[in-house]
Amino acid sequence: MLSLEHVSKVYETRRGPHKVFSDISFSLQRGRNIGILGRNGAGKSTMIRLISGAERPTTGRIERRMRISWPLAFAGAFAVNLTGLDNLKFICRVYGTDYKPLVPFIEEFTELGKFLREPVMHYSHGMMTRLAFALSMAIEFDCFLIDEAMVVGDVRFHERCHYELFEKRKDRAFILVSHDAEMVKRYCENAVVLSEGRLYTFPDVEAAYSFYMGSIALKPTLADK
Amino acid sequence: MRIKEFPFVRGLIVQSRVLHALLMRELITRFGRDNLGVLWLIGEPMLFTLGVATLWSAAGLHRGSGIPIVAIAVTGYSSVLMWRNATNQCGAGIEQNKSLLFHRSVLVIDVFLTRIALEIIGATSSFIVLSFVFIYVGWMRAPTNLLLVISGWFMLAWFGASLAMLVGAASAMSPLVHRLWHPVAYLLFPLSGAAFMVEWLPKDLQSVVLLLPMVHGVEIIRNGFFGTIVPTHYSASYMAECCLVLSLCGLFVVREASRRVEF
Repeated sequence: MLSLEHVSKVYETRRGPHKVFSDISFSLQRGRNIGILGRNGAGKSTMIRLISGAERPTTGRIERRMRISWPLAFAGAFAVNLTGLDNLKFICRVYGTDYKPLVPFIEEFTELGKFLREPVMHYSHGMMTRLAFALSMAIEFDCFLIDEAMVVGDVRFHERCHYELFEKRKDRAFILVSHDAEMVKRYCENAVVLSEGRLYTFPDVEAAYSFYMGSIALKPTLADK
Repeated sequence: MRIKEFPFVRGLIVQSRVLHALLMRELITRFGRDNLGVLWLIGEPMLFTLGVATLWSAAGLHRGSGIPIVAIAVTGYSSVLMWRNATNQCGAGIEQNKSLLFHRSVLVIDVFLTRIALEIIGATSSFIVLSFVFIYVGWMRAPTNLLLVISGWFMLAWFGASLAMLVGAASAMSPLVHRLWHPVAYLLFPLSGAAFMVEWLPKDLQSVVLLLPMVHGVEIIRNGFFGTIVPTHYSASYMAECCLVLSLCGLFVVREASRRVEF
């Protein structure tokens, strides 16, 4: 189980403290999933960092009683002068698994060919994303943390991600963070909305969807200004 | 309950796993696989020490002290490497590694411990190799009391590690510390006992210099190496007290810095 209790996050800025959100509570059981909807700047990435443990909440508690992944397809933790294979070895050492049985899957999924043994700095953006996603799949987690904005690729890549994540691992929990309400509606059994520093919970995805669409419609967009 | 199930033991297992992973990653990141690769971990401090030994010999420092200048340079400069390099490396430690914190088991302190370990391993190996070479060719005598050398070395390692954690974590909290550290390290070098023995200084200067913990470490090592050719001045307990205080402060600041990591 994952639970957040009265979590808030404040950043110090030059113009005083900036509160991203406050008093956020929700929990997620093993095998279940939830979508977190929010517009740009609503605090989605901050939420990801707090849940993954990269940053600590200013107040409140986050309790993790299942193994939660790092943000899916997150490529920021690559050491760029290490090869793709070295990065796989690093991840496997950190999580205490043997890398050798995973190599065929990584080779097959990333389609990197000989580049798997080349430094990551020579990779294209697409190659980097494929490797990052494959590494996320290499370690077994109870709950996957998905920042939709990080999983960018062509249709084929998306289909394969979909298969790996939502079909092969459909028994796992996941948290999908997105600004795309359609996507959350398609994949999640429940959803919450981050807006104006608060978290709104709903009885079902449908309600969250209409609230979120409504909140977008009401807010002035760039075009209005 | 099996021993592996105790939370403390489980924590140790995870942390050693993480440290191993970070060590390997850091080694390849810093030295690469080409051009001798990981050997540079030892090669770099060796070259520095050799250069300093050559310069000091050429300048003819400390003639007539009874101790060959090469021996002063090797013991002195190697000691500087112990506290200076680890601290330099830890200064940007969090900044350069914070994306790794997305992995639950990687902690800020692991990043520091990795860098400290690498520097200490490098400086120690360089010290051992150079000592062997110089003793073999006869430019240096074998230590009269090896245990004393090892104790002094251990004290310097402790001092270097605690200073590195303190300065590294404080640098993450305030860039000012990072800026100030480099001039401070530069100024500490001539005072650290690298180039002199305390006995050679005027009496009133001795007591001032002996306020610096690392001076005691160098003196212990030289006492072990040279015996009583030149009297040495040190207090192992004073150095241990300083290291203890530094370690506690270091651990405290590391904890604070971990809480404040921001992206």
